[in-house]
Amino acid sequence: MSKILVGLKRVVDYNVRVRVKPDGTGVVTDGVKMSINPFDEIALEEALRIKEKGGATEVIVVSIGPADTQQQLRTGLAMGADRAILVQADTAVEPLVAAKIFLKLIEKEAPQIVLLGKQGIDDDNSQTGQMLAALWQRPQATFASKIELDGPKAKVTREVDAGLETIEVDLPAVLTTDLRLNEPRYVKLPDIMKAKKKPLEVIALNTLGVDTTPQFKSLKFEAPASRQKGVMVKDVGELVAALKQKGLV
Amino acid sequence: MTKILIVAEHSGGKLNAATAKCVTCAAKIPDAEIAIAVFAADAGEVATQAAALAGVKKVIKIENAANAEPLAAVLAPQVAAIAANYTHVFGPSTTYGKDLMPRVAALLGVGQLSDIMAVESAYRFRRPVYAGNAIVTVEAPQDKKLVATVRAASFQAAGTGGNGTIESSSVTAELPTHTRFVTRSAAATGRPDLQTAARVVSGGRALGSADNFKIIFSLADKLKAGVGASRAAVDSGYAANELQVGQTGKIISPELYVAVGISGAIQHLTGIKDARTIVAINKDGEAPIFEIADIGLVGDLFTILPELEKALG
Ligand SMILES: Cc1cc2nc3c(=O)[nH]c(=O)nc-3n(C[C@H](O)[C@H](O)[C@H](O)COP(=O)(O)OP(=O)(O)OC[C@H]3O[C@@H](n4cnc5c(N)ncnc54)[C@H](O)[C@@H]3O)c2cc1C
Ligand SMILES: Nc1ncnc2c1ncn2[C@@H]1O[C@H](COP(=O)(O)O)[C@@H](O)[C@H]1O
Repeated sequence: MSKILVGLKRVVDYNVRVRVKPDGTGVVTDGVKMSINPFDEIALEEALRIKEKGGATEVIVVSIGPADTQQQLRTGLAMGADRAILVQADTAVEPLVAAKIFLKLIEKEAPQIVLLGKQGIDDDNSQTGQMLAALWQRPQATFASKIELDGPKAKVTREVDAGLETIEVDLPAVLTTDLRLNEPRYVKLPDIMKAKKKPLEVIALNTLGVDTTPQFKSLKFEAPASRQKGVMVKDVGELVAALKQKGLV
Repeated sequence: MTKILIVAEHSGGKLNAATAKCVTCAAKIPDAEIAIAVFAADAGEVATQAAALAGVKKVIKIENAANAEPLAAVLAPQVAAIAANYTHVFGPSTTYGKDLMPRVAALLGVGQLSDIMAVESAYRFRRPVYAGNAIVTVEAPQDKKLVATVRAASFQAAGTGGNGTIESSSVTAELPTHTRFVTRSAAATGRPDLQTAARVVSGGRALGSADNFKIIFSLADKLKAGVGASRAAVDSGYAANELQVGQTGKIISPELYVAVGISGAIQHLTGIKDARTIVAINKDGEAPIFEIADIGLVGDLFTILPELEKALG
């Protein structure tokens, strides 16, 4: 039995233009479309492909979030995951806490691979996978654009600033996904029906024995400074003149 | 006493400019004492460059054959060991720092503050969330070590003229062998590096092919600019992945950014908000890129670019 654990974070859909609440306490999420974090969809797709090629026997999707997160987990099940675990948390948890929660589940499930996204597009933290790997004392291969399994090892190509880097890690390991790893499949209607019958376990956060006290305090949210309104030019001549005026050419 | 340890990023014997930007960020904290740690097989040249940065008190070299390549699993226990004497541990918000620093934080049993864009005090910072659509002021507890990454585009590089001391240190941390470096491929382009270039010309999906993308390179060369690309251009194979600009690519702050055939999706705009002047060339006058552009020109890039090159002489 070799399992893959996949993290699915519920986030504001990437197409939504996020706005700061007038009182500065956060961003507007009421009535806003929520989705699976795009990187996590890629993580799930990769896990499914690994399983389809015989590299794993079970794909488990995991989320830490409010009760509504069951929607995203059901979508994950419809994509093809075998079962789902929701660690129900009514307030957001920091990445270190998320990592500790994942570690608890790892102790129970003993997966060969943990696939997470490289970052949540809400807080843009990019921390959970690396922290989990540290706590688990296992390898990490972050920002993966290619994963090749070879028995007890994985060769992972990573998107780094300089270009592409390939590393080899012993399994079990934590892998985090970059955008070019794959293109996630679309969910088909019959699969949505089938997913309703798949197991979805809900675990109360306070039963895991993890200290969830946040370390950081968000004091206020603000809209970013807006740029000054620009000018439209008619043709290349005017463009060059405008650049000259700014001393840029 | 605020003591800040900065983890240097370097390659090929050269200190990465992002490290000098971390120094500028650290120096904004009142009364901070700044040290830089250089992990390498041979740290000599890099340590010398680091010690010359204005404001750096001390450079610590940690030389070990295992440090020849920047593997987070290997470096993190060493950073954590050195960090004992510091109140803050900073790294750049590059792929190197993003990979390494959270692992360090977890080993130290603390959280991490990602992407510092402004310093308000030793424990209060501003950082972007939601692809830069909101800026949050965050307070960290004073009784814990603060591990953070620094958003390079928000800070100028520290100048030289510093005179820090250089010392060697050996770390007794046990280093794992479960993670091994295989290869790195980087196209040497001879063009200015995207992350530090004063000017950048970027192309989008509109270029249509890798062959057509050459007109972006050509304009860039005329302007002595670095080259960037939208995700769509990279995904379609017109440009290399390391050229991607945006939320999941590079966050840059050039003097001049020229966006050619790029619609201006939020994820792309996140990467260019700190550019001094943004020029947009797009055939669709309604494209969102024009909302952020300082100078906009509506038209077909395939006629505009050759004309522009000619006009630039
Ligand atoms: C999680 C996530 C992360 C992402 N991260 C990034 C990122 O880091 N960077 C990034 O860029 N994107 C990112 N994206 C993708 C982003 O949402 C857009 O899909 C992408 O930026 C679009 O690229 P584009 O502007 O080149 O293409 P399009 O949106 O297709 O725009 C092409 C533009 O070219 C114009 N055009 C067409 N023909 C011509 C012509 N002949 N002359 C002039 N103009 C012409 C069109 O009017 C159009 O505006 C991300 C998406 C997600 C979900
Ligand atoms: N609350 C959560 N539920 C499920 N997965 C999570 C959660 N938080 C983080 N993750 C995983 O960790 C990745 C990185 O998140 P972050 O460190 O917050 O940027 C995400 O892409 C998810 O795969």
